[in-house]
Amino acid sequence: MPPLDNAISPFDEENLDTVHKAIIFENVSICFEEAPVLDGVSFELRRGETKIILGVAGSGKSTILKLCLGLLKPDSGKIYVLGHDITTMTEEELFDLRSKVGIVFQESALFDSLNVRDNVAFRLLEEHLPEAEVEKRVRESLSFVELEAAIDKFPAELSGGMRRRVGIARAIITQPEVLLYDSPTGGLDPITSTTIIELIMKQRDVFKTSALMVTHRLQDGFTLATHYFDPATKHMKPSDGKPSQDIRTSFMILRESKAVFEGSAHELGQVQDPYIKEYIS
Amino acid sequence: MELISPFDFVKRSILAVQEYTYLSLRSLTNVFRTPFYMADTIQQADLIGVGSLPIVVLTGMFTGIVLALNTAKTLESFGSLSMTGRLVSFSMVRELGPVLTSLMVTGRNASGMASELGSMKVTEQIDAMRALGTDPYKKLVTPRVISTVFMMFFLTIISDLVGLIGGWIISFFMLGLDSTQYWNSAYQILHYSDVVTGLVKPVVFGFIIATIGCYFGMTTKGGTQGVGRSTTEAVVWSSVLILAVDAVLTQLLIVLS
Repeated sequence: MPPLDNAISPFDEENLDTVHKAIIFENVSICFEEAPVLDGVSFELRRGETKIILGVAGSGKSTILKLCLGLLKPDSGKIYVLGHDITTMTEEELFDLRSKVGIVFQESALFDSLNVRDNVAFRLLEEHLPEAEVEKRVRESLSFVELEAAIDKFPAELSGGMRRRVGIARAIITQPEVLLYDSPTGGLDPITSTTIIELIMKQRDVFKTSALMVTHRLQDGFTLATHYFDPATKHMKPSDGKPSQDIRTSFMILRESKAVFEGSAHELGQVQDPYIKEYIS
Repeated sequence: MELISPFDFVKRSILAVQEYTYLSLRSLTNVFRTPFYMADTIQQADLIGVGSLPIVVLTGMFTGIVLALNTAKTLESFGSLSMTGRLVSFSMVRELGPVLTSLMVTGRNASGMASELGSMKVTEQIDAMRALGTDPYKKLVTPRVISTVFMMFFLTIISDLVGLIGGWIISFFMLGLDSTQYWNSAYQILHYSDVVTGLVKPVVFGFIIATIGCYFGMTTKGGTQGVGRSTTEAVVWSSVLILAVDAVLTQLLIVLS
């Protein structure tokens, strides 16, 4: 990837720890048709960390993910992604940066006129990689989500859970440094949800990818915080039963456009705020 | 129905014009910037050009037939039935060929573009494309604009020709005119400026069809209902703009020639 002109200056880098932090939000605000969606939200995502973003519908969770990719521009504030101030970057410059950030959309957003192979390979095909290389990486990616058998199917022929897994395969095919999950288990049955969470955990523990995960399901967040992926059994296992021991998963709760909580699973369990207590109960 | 203040209405209208202008300019500037989506452009040319051929041929044929029938009645009263070929030719090549072909292609393709891109927009496929590092304006809009402009040129020529054949069928089989006389008069009435006028118009109309269709598709909001609304608006605005631009273009080309 060519160097981007507006990567933060050495002076800024001294103040902003972009070595250990993949994403930094600084006082970010955005309004849709004069209604505030995010109001002065600040947070940081450390490299290798998975941050669970919780909140009721309309609290601005998905907007945060779109802001991280530059799909939306904030009205005010700064957003640094992998050391680049994306609020000042043009769309052309963002296309380069986006190759390092993968996203799994809420409804998968698979291209319905392309089959699974072409959906997963979309980015590689756009880069005109050799056919053999594309095929190899598509199969690797689909193997990760255990969907190799569906390679020639079209999205309409897949179940909701399979579509979500294809979405994950498409997001990870370029081995991005950051992954963004928008309600990856929304609308799925408990067994399929567990499968998706296990894949997210596998990506976190095997590839150490930083991730932001938006979800309504608190149990998904706690599962991520209290379990680890065991490569030997290829399944998740409880760490030691104590959420406080987890160091790679943190939580953020949004309420009425503002971040009202940020901390570990243990801190979330200890919080005394009535709204948060009611939310997690 | 939502009521909006006149100030908001003006503000939204100016914003829409700004967004449409931006999309149109980007579709043009992207022609000169890599990557080029040649396969997508050829696929669209096939969908728009070859796919529209049956309706364009039918429209051209029936327009030529109706023109011959209507003009013959008037010309007969002046004893100038032999001029039927001239009137059919002049009307088809300068005006009816380009305009009716454009309106047909609008109904078929501007609606298709608006609904296809609109569906992609509401299902976040456009966002997914951007997230995957691909410019949707380059991949989706520019191929449609290039192929519509290119194919409209040839579709209009076909429509003109088929219209003249339709006129000949009526002239020869119903009015009893001589074939050579019909084709000679049809050919002789046309000047260089008429042909240029008849071929400049479809290029401009093709640009309007594709950019309006893509604009409404790319700005779709509000789920499946929004897709339906965008499709309708694309056809309405494209048709109205074609007729309005036709009036301006006709006068402009008359002055220039």
